[in-house]
Amino acid sequence: MLVSLKWLKDYVDVDASAAEVAERLTMAGLEVDSLHETGPAFSGVRVARILSLKPHPNADKLVLCEVTAGDACLPIVCGARNIAVGDLVPLAQVGATLPGGLTIRSSRIRGEASEGMLCSAEELGIGDDASGIMILPPALPVGGELRDVLALGDTVLEIGVTPNRADCLSIVGVAREWAAITGARLRYPPVDVVETGEDIQTVTSVSILDADLCPRYTARVIRNVRIGPSPFWLRQRLEAVGMRPINNIVDVTNYVMMELGQPLHAFDFRFLEQGKIVVRRSREGERFVSLDGKERTLRGDTLMICDGVKPVAIGGVMGGFNSEVKEDTDTILLESAYFNPTSIRRTARELAMGTDAAFRFERGVDPGGVIRALDRAARLMAELSGGRVCKGVIDQHPRRIPTAERIPLRVARTRDILGVAPPEAEILRILTGLEMVVQPAGEGRYAVTPPTCRVDITREIDLIEEVARLYGYDRVPVTVPAVAGVAGVGAAKRMVEDRIREVMTGAGYTEVINYSFVSPAAVDQLGLGEGDERRSLVAIRNPLSEEQAVLRTTMIHSLLLNARRNADCGRFDVKIFEIGKTFIRCGEGVQPAEQNRLACLITGLRYEDRWHSQELRADFFDLKGCIENVLDTLRIPTPAYRSGISEVILHPGKSCGVFTGERMAGYIGEIHPDLQARLDLPGPVIVCELDIDLLAAQFSTAAAFRPVPRYPASSRDAAFLIRREHEAGELVLLAEQSLEELLERVQIFDVYEGKNIPAGMKSLGMRFSYRSADRTLTDEEVTAVHTRVVQRIVQATGASIR
Amino acid sequence: MTAELEALREQAEAELGKVGTEEELLTIRTRYLGRKGLLTGLLRNIAAVSPEARPRFGKECNELKEILTARIDAVLDGMASARKAATLLDARIDVTLPGRGVRRGRVHPVIQVREEICRIFASLGFSVVEGPEVELDYYNFEALNIPKDHPARDMQDTFYVEDSIVLRTHTSPVQVRIMEKTRPPVRILSPGRVYRRDSDVSHTPMFHQIEGLLVDKGVTFGDLKGVLTAFLKQVFGEGTALRFRPSFFPFTEPSAEVDIRCVICSGQGCRVCKQSGWLEILGSGMVDPEVFKNVGYDPEEVSGFAFGLGLERIAMLKFGISDIRLFFENDLRFLEQF
Repeated sequence: MLVSLKWLKDYVDVDASAAEVAERLTMAGLEVDSLHETGPAFSGVRVARILSLKPHPNADKLVLCEVTAGDACLPIVCGARNIAVGDLVPLAQVGATLPGGLTIRSSRIRGEASEGMLCSAEELGIGDDASGIMILPPALPVGGELRDVLALGDTVLEIGVTPNRADCLSIVGVAREWAAITGARLRYPPVDVVETGEDIQTVTSVSILDADLCPRYTARVIRNVRIGPSPFWLRQRLEAVGMRPINNIVDVTNYVMMELGQPLHAFDFRFLEQGKIVVRRSREGERFVSLDGKERTLRGDTLMICDGVKPVAIGGVMGGFNSEVKEDTDTILLESAYFNPTSIRRTARELAMGTDAAFRFERGVDPGGVIRALDRAARLMAELSGGRVCKGVIDQHPRRIPTAERIPLRVARTRDILGVAPPEAEILRILTGLEMVVQPAGEGRYAVTPPTCRVDITREIDLIEEVARLYGYDRVPVTVPAVAGVAGVGAAKRMVEDRIREVMTGAGYTEVINYSFVSPAAVDQLGLGEGDERRSLVAIRNPLSEEQAVLRTTMIHSLLLNARRNADCGRFDVKIFEIGKTFIRCGEGVQPAEQNRLACLITGLRYEDRWHSQELRADFFDLKGCIENVLDTLRIPTPAYRSGISEVILHPGKSCGVFTGERMAGYIGEIHPDLQARLDLPGPVIVCELDIDLLAAQFSTAAAFRPVPRYPASSRDAAFLIRREHEAGELVLLAEQSLEELLERVQIFDVYEGKNIPAGMKSLGMRFSYRSADRTLTDEEVTAVHTRVVQRIVQATGASIR
Repeated sequence: MTAELEALREQAEAELGKVGTEEELLTIRTRYLGRKGLLTGLLRNIAAVSPEARPRFGKECNELKEILTARIDAVLDGMASARKAATLLDARIDVTLPGRGVRRGRVHPVIQVREEICRIFASLGFSVVEGPEVELDYYNFEALNIPKDHPARDMQDTFYVEDSIVLRTHTSPVQVRIMEKTRPPVRILSPGRVYRRDSDVSHTPMFHQIEGLLVDKGVTFGDLKGVLTAFLKQVFGEGTALRFRPSFFPFTEPSAEVDIRCVICSGQGCRVCKQSGWLEILGSGMVDPEVFKNVGYDPEEVSGFAFGLGLERIAMLKFGISDIRLFFENDLRFLEQF
């Protein structure tokens, strides 16, 4: 909302600089977002005195004048006839610029020198008068800058009015606030109307059929108006607050809306069939052409202003094309009404017509100010258009508009909420300063009736807020809440996330954050099958773009795009992870299943600085090692990594499921070469996605202590020649399942295929450690148990010992 | 010491002083202390010394022998250590080569800020809780005193999934969910992703907020000021000036925006603070009685305050980032700076 400081001063004395006004309004809750200095669009124009006048020797219509702007005497050639010696006039000196960009130069006109230009008000853009040179009041200082001596500058405040403060959507509203802040007196604009001629009741009638949407409709009729442009002062004010002047009737409706906050509408009475107004709901699908020339199709419950036959306005939103004020309009029916805020809001949204009128109606106009605005506008229309106002007002008021009365206020409650008790006298001063009626209601109690414009004040807490903001938030002393300190506890999930973050960043992975929404095409790009749960997408009804139209069901797609983006920027070595949610649709009317997930990606080289080794490409085991550390840090009991999962996005031979117990918490694997090609990724990419909720359920902070062994271990190595498809894990498991008490640990120390190994076979070197808790084992004991373990593996797998 | 011995000692010292190699040293040792050495020779001639002077002469000879032995051993040791040192130096490595191992990754700057804030509030007794990101209209709006068709809904442009299901526009619904199932006192902090239908240099359709709520008997607006002042001074420095300014949120009353002195221009006025000298940093207020009624608390019995802040905004101010979209482009050249 734009507020001209000059305009504001019509209604209240402002004894402060624009910056101070902005500061004090802001600290009272009317946030001033910006200040704009405005002024006339000229420069270099000063007050000059005319010293002499004589006819131009070579031109009948021109005169030669000598003028002074305080210093030298300048010759000017001028065409105006309204000036006399001794007059003060505006002089645009050489170098001055005038509205429209004209720059004044010294020149010769019909052989005579002219060192500047005397200007009319119209030429300066500060008035309508183009008939002659602007004659200035004689008291002005010669040589003074016109801008300063006429105080032509203004400051426009841009105020971010919060949705509760409908009362401040007008200049008078802001003036009222300023009066409350400073104690200055508010001056309402004059509203008395001179009525002449016939009674309005004989001219027209108003009937309200849907009083729930229109509890009050008032009207006046103004006859014999002459349509023309508004006077300069009015146009200037409208422009200052961002409105476009149209004509003297429409401008008055806008002016009064800006002044008092009550939207108005002027109908050309001759287009109202049967000469009357009927207020009713639209019929479903009814069509209507609004003032802006657009045809609208209406829903069944839109409030319409109609004449005896057809709609003529969308109530509270926009007038109709069919009843617009035209150049030859003679009689105006002026509307000032109170419409149901919710209905207006719904209509404005449905039709995408966020007009100034709708904005005010939906926030709630002053139910007590409807007639005032009607009279104010009628008065101005008569004044500016030469019209005469018919006798009387039509005031259809079928429903009472509820306003708050006698709201109880307790001083003690005020103190309890604020932590400080302003003196009762100050509380009273604040509330009465806001035009509230405050009546005592017992010890420390009052009954407060706010002015009808304060539609936001209905409860005690609303009054307490008024007291607080005008008392000053800065005067409320800072205290520390007297609540027993409780140790902050984080949920297990948060601890899990923290630890994951530590392990992952320690391993060189950088955390990314992707939008939760993705393109619906993502699941196709990933190649997910028809029945895949990850195709149960949650669609956003009103997405910003197709790229952000559904919520993600997996985080991998986003990470792959991150890798590609970085590759596009020349960064091919990428290690990233993200902790976030995925969303699986669960059906109509139900919130989706939100899963907390960890997703990781590695591609490119294992080491950045690699003077110490040859180029090593990161592979499956880099990421697996990292995930092993994550699960170890979380103390997940017996995690297992199993091949043979059917995950379409992964390379079938280079992927595994991560199991905790019997549940699959996620997967690790190289992405499928087809997917890599589809997404145009420069090299193999290894990814992982884990269900954090599942991990959090098994997460434990407690380590189980086992005594440090007192007797030495003996280890034996064995190399198994075995078919390739056997997995190391299988052999380790066979050893562990031997249930040999003395077998402490099994490690893989070598995996070899190639030279000296038959095709389809591989060699697995394994180290077995044996230990007893209560003695040093003898060589014979170790050999005996080792032989049993190795035999078990050989028998189960058909391996041979190398 | 006899002049003879003294002369021998000086001669030996002089030779030792000039010695260069270990070989020379060994020659010197042999010359003085060897079986046919000079000192040995003197001792051998002890018979020529008068009987009464003999014990003293013998003692002095032995002393000189000890002195020379010690001197020679010391020089030998010195040579050995020098040799060892030379050998070690010979094995020197280029310590300016980068260390081996992976470079650490970075925590996302927004999360770093979140963790810092959570730590500060944890020390004030706040527990971290979370809630759904796809939220019921009831929790996101209605329970927070934002009815349907109310202009306050314009404050947050909303993504809809269905009529009654939205992407949460703020973390405030978590307060309602927590209060519904907890009796006061309540001290919670709820960080998370939120969504608004908006996109430009200073808005992304997804961003992060932290919501705080403190409810108990006798909590006041002064307490709100106290807690938030302590918090902001920890984040932005003890000397940070701040102001509490009346504002409007449907679920708090009285409501306050909290501004800090612009960290860019120190209040002189700049582009970042729109020439005001102040930066809006968080929204707060006393929990509206309507919200308490919605969760079954008696507003006459308990009071409390809530606050919410945008993490990206704080991260932008702390790190001097001017475009919020950088946080979600996931360009490693950006992320690795933090």
